[in-house]
Amino acid sequence: MLHIYCPICERYCDETELVCGGEAHIIRKDVTNNDQEFYDYLYARKNFKGVTFERWRHLFGCGKWFHVSRCTINNQVFGSYSIRDSRPPKSLLTKIKRLRVDFKGWIK
Amino acid sequence: MSARLPSGGSRINRRKKIDFQFNGRRLKGLEGDTVASALLANDELLVGRSFKYHRPRGIYGSGEDEPNALMGIGEEGNFEPNVRATDIQLRENLVVKSQNHWPSLSMDFLSINNLLSRFFSAGFYYKTFIRPRFAWKYIFEPIIRRSAGLGNAPTQEDVEKYEHVHFETDILVVGAGIAGITAAKSFQDTGLSVLLCEKDSEFGGRLVSDSDELEREINHQVLKKNLETLKSCENVSVKLNTCVTGVFDHGYVLAIEEKSGETNSPQKILWKIRAKKIVLCSGAFERPIVFPDNDIPGIMLASAVRDYIEFYGVLIGDRVVLTTNNDDAYKTALKLKENGINVPAILDARKSASSNLVKKVKEEGIKVLFGKCIGRVEGKKRVESIGVCAVNGQGSIEDTIQCNGVAVSGGWVPNANLWSHCGGKLEWDKKNGFYKPDHNKSSIGHDGEPNMIALGSCSGVFTNFEIQDQVPRKINQLLMGMKIKSKRSFEKNPFRKEQFSADIPVFILPHGAGKDIEKRMFVDFQNDVKVTDINLAALEGYESIEHAKRYTTLGMATDQGKTSNINGINILSKYLGRPVEEIGHTTFRPPYKPIPLGVIAGQYSNKLFKPTRKTPIDAWSETNNAKWEPVGDWRRAYAYPQENETISQTLTREVLNVRNNVGLLDSSTLGKVLVKGPDAAKFLDLIYTNKMSTLPVGKCRYGLMCTEAGFVFDDGVVARLTDDTFLCHTTSGGSDRVYAWFEEWLQTEWFDFEVYVSNLTEQYSQINVVGPNSRKLLKRLKGISLLDSKLPFMHFAEGFLDRIWVRVYRISFSGELSYELAVKSNDAAVLWEKLINLGNDFKVEPYGTEALHILRAEKGFIVVGDETDGTVTPQDLGMNWIVSKKKEDFIGKKALNLPFLNKKNRKQLVGILTLDEKFVLPDGCHAVEDGRPIGHVTSTYFSPTLSRSIALGLIEEGHSRIGSTIEFSVSKTESAFGKLVDPVFYDKEGKKQDV
Repeated sequence: MLHIYCPICERYCDETELVCGGEAHIIRKDVTNNDQEFYDYLYARKNFKGVTFERWRHLFGCGKWFHVSRCTINNQVFGSYSIRDSRPPKSLLTKIKRLRVDFKGWIK
Repeated sequence: MSARLPSGGSRINRRKKIDFQFNGRRLKGLEGDTVASALLANDELLVGRSFKYHRPRGIYGSGEDEPNALMGIGEEGNFEPNVRATDIQLRENLVVKSQNHWPSLSMDFLSINNLLSRFFSAGFYYKTFIRPRFAWKYIFEPIIRRSAGLGNAPTQEDVEKYEHVHFETDILVVGAGIAGITAAKSFQDTGLSVLLCEKDSEFGGRLVSDSDELEREINHQVLKKNLETLKSCENVSVKLNTCVTGVFDHGYVLAIEEKSGETNSPQKILWKIRAKKIVLCSGAFERPIVFPDNDIPGIMLASAVRDYIEFYGVLIGDRVVLTTNNDDAYKTALKLKENGINVPAILDARKSASSNLVKKVKEEGIKVLFGKCIGRVEGKKRVESIGVCAVNGQGSIEDTIQCNGVAVSGGWVPNANLWSHCGGKLEWDKKNGFYKPDHNKSSIGHDGEPNMIALGSCSGVFTNFEIQDQVPRKINQLLMGMKIKSKRSFEKNPFRKEQFSADIPVFILPHGAGKDIEKRMFVDFQNDVKVTDINLAALEGYESIEHAKRYTTLGMATDQGKTSNINGINILSKYLGRPVEEIGHTTFRPPYKPIPLGVIAGQYSNKLFKPTRKTPIDAWSETNNAKWEPVGDWRRAYAYPQENETISQTLTREVLNVRNNVGLLDSSTLGKVLVKGPDAAKFLDLIYTNKMSTLPVGKCRYGLMCTEAGFVFDDGVVARLTDDTFLCHTTSGGSDRVYAWFEEWLQTEWFDFEVYVSNLTEQYSQINVVGPNSRKLLKRLKGISLLDSKLPFMHFAEGFLDRIWVRVYRISFSGELSYELAVKSNDAAVLWEKLINLGNDFKVEPYGTEALHILRAEKGFIVVGDETDGTVTPQDLGMNWIVSKKKEDFIGKKALNLPFLNKKNRKQLVGILTLDEKFVLPDGCHAVEDGRPIGHVTSTYFSPTLSRSIALGLIEEGHSRIGSTIEFSVSKTESAFGKLVDPVFYDKEGKKQDV
């Protein structure tokens, strides 16, 4: 039962209050993109082992979406940040690098 | 024979006798007894039959590590199977039944398995029951299921009450032995909240019960003083009878509190605890030594022998032999002697030992035989004598000792189950021969920091002196890690340093035992795993302990190998010729001890399991004989049968009444999502495939939503209430999904849009007034004008009908003249009754969801979830008209233009008219062509209006096949034929909705 920080409620929430919305920072594609780009947008996911960036929603709470960085190996949670950020904040990336030597930086 | 001593027993009340039943016989116990101690007091040594060989088995332990004494407890609604007799408090008139025997415990025919045991070696299922194939299902499996296994599942509904409690704490201390109490006390003045959970009904663990006469008073005082300090700590809460059963991610812990006494309140409570740090003080288990015939009733762990005397004044026998490799078991000898029991000999596997404890035992005149062990046990259903042999020999019997009890101890093993539930690793302690928590590899909290420490004997530190030294030191380290200052200074250690002779880890004895002796040695009692089984697994190549475990079933079932794991691992290591640390250990998994499913369900059963959503008109429908069907979480009236009607007669009446007169439908479940803001129109243009920004205020428009992949997601009518306010109707089951969909796009993609959405599904209820008489009926209510000129088709109006505020939509899902009245939910029941009682002359009658479906199918209207299944596009449904070509972008636009979603051979929606007009196709049946499935039926009804069978289906190239006849596979042998037609069966011109 993960314990994840909701930046809107400013408190930790049980996993059962939340839903995970999968990989973060996927940019929407439309008719102006070619078929391969559109396919990648719909289906290609990194499924990264290690430090990942995800979207979560505080469904049984404030109802808001936010971003979370979490390690898929040991479930360590590094931090939550605004859903409006198009990339993880610098301060968070610095923190993760400090905590995890295996973290090579955020890959777009 | 086992019996109650004339005095003693710290937990029993000798003045209060308790009646109970064991296998139909009435027995007496005392208040404070466990079922196990009460059975022993009645000389019931034989309490169960083993899993595979049906060998007689007796009580072996005194706690939740008990492998043998599993009982069915209680009767009927209170029945619970597989309960450890050692773990349940005796209650007045409790019904206890032993398990796994036929016809009775003392005469079990299935014990023939014991004679056939050489056929039942490890993996015998896989080797034996291969051919003939059919025999597995009809012969082997039923026999095996009868003869192997544990208790039977309850047949009646559980009447016990359960409850869940949520709790947050900074520190959770597991176990209130001396380590746990000292740990909890160390958090005094730290400002941290502390919860101390103890599975037992008393504090102190083994502190007092295991102390000798000299220490007893000191230990008692230490315990008393510590408990007083604990009481004064306002930040510490204490729960007795509360067993922590599982540790999960980020310090989430489950514990079961067992209450006794109050009958009307919950008996078992599931505590859901979130702890920042967990301090594990869960103690240790005594490990047996594996020797020949070691499973005969009367053989018991040395610590359990002590416990039964100390707590319940009960003896395993009056001539008890000890076999051990450590000093601790000598305490049992002293305790027996103290109570006047004859201890003929102690067989010590060590060459010599000279600690104070050993000296004292010798002084008492007890014979200690070093370098000896048990080579044979005589007796079938109880121990009669043992044969002594040399530890290093092959098992030749040197001497026989008459006895009726054997106490066995192979030393103590840290109880590290909880440590490894959530990823904590164990390390091999070579000196002591056990696995203990590896403090460099503990489980972690959300911050990635270790969130568990193990203290006391569960960390491999056993003496009181060492524990008293270790605990405050480690707690201080923990506090420093948490950056919390503790003002406390260290106290003087109240215990004296104990001196022990070194143990040599031994696992099976005698060392030189041959195969014929090893096959009489049981490692895992609960699963009947013998030393030879592990040997066989090793021979057959099961090198990994995880594989060997599954092959031999070592360490499985309800006790999860609490008494057998370490021995099993060491035996495997011996046969593989590899060190134990290389072999590793199996993973401990929650729950720590079995818990009833009812506790997990808690109060969320029956009515509370998943509350039914009901509309305001539900009560009226209930009293008017509605038949119900579930729609999402709602229940909706399926039909309203009148007296002596069959359901098909009801449906025919309801449909024809709508077509000819007027019907009322409770459509309150319809999803309603309000979309409001300056960018609402822009937003809905992106959500729907058609254009919503051009919808004038006061009008309605049907809309379709797709996913990004181009598949139909939901549909419904959109009404523009004001310039910047839209009310979007969704399917009944889809309102939450659609609302979440809107939120997701607004929050994550178009967060620059100024739009709010709100789910108003339950704020408004809706009544559909449908049929040629609908306008005439509504005119009888004073209020808004419903004239065609004032409220044309696809418009809505707001106002009052007979002083009730309504929003009237002139829309139709049946093809008839129809008004859908949205009212505030509080007014819905009143308006419904008004309408029902308004027009007997117009023949107003309610109709249910099945008639609704028939009416819409006659008109060829789709239902999302019937005609669509998440792989259907608007084109497939023949609804190209609703997909905007002009809009630059909407969700699904790119996908809908992809070539493979526009292929000719996709399945397309068509109408189906069976050649046999009376034959209704089964729902979902396949259309076949040259033996190949080419589609399926999505909706199928007998149409009362057309008085023939109609169906809708998705058929490959359906649109171009219209006019042709195809085959439908109705069953394995039968087919039916149907002509493909346009999906609109009734009133193609759409005149009826405008009468």
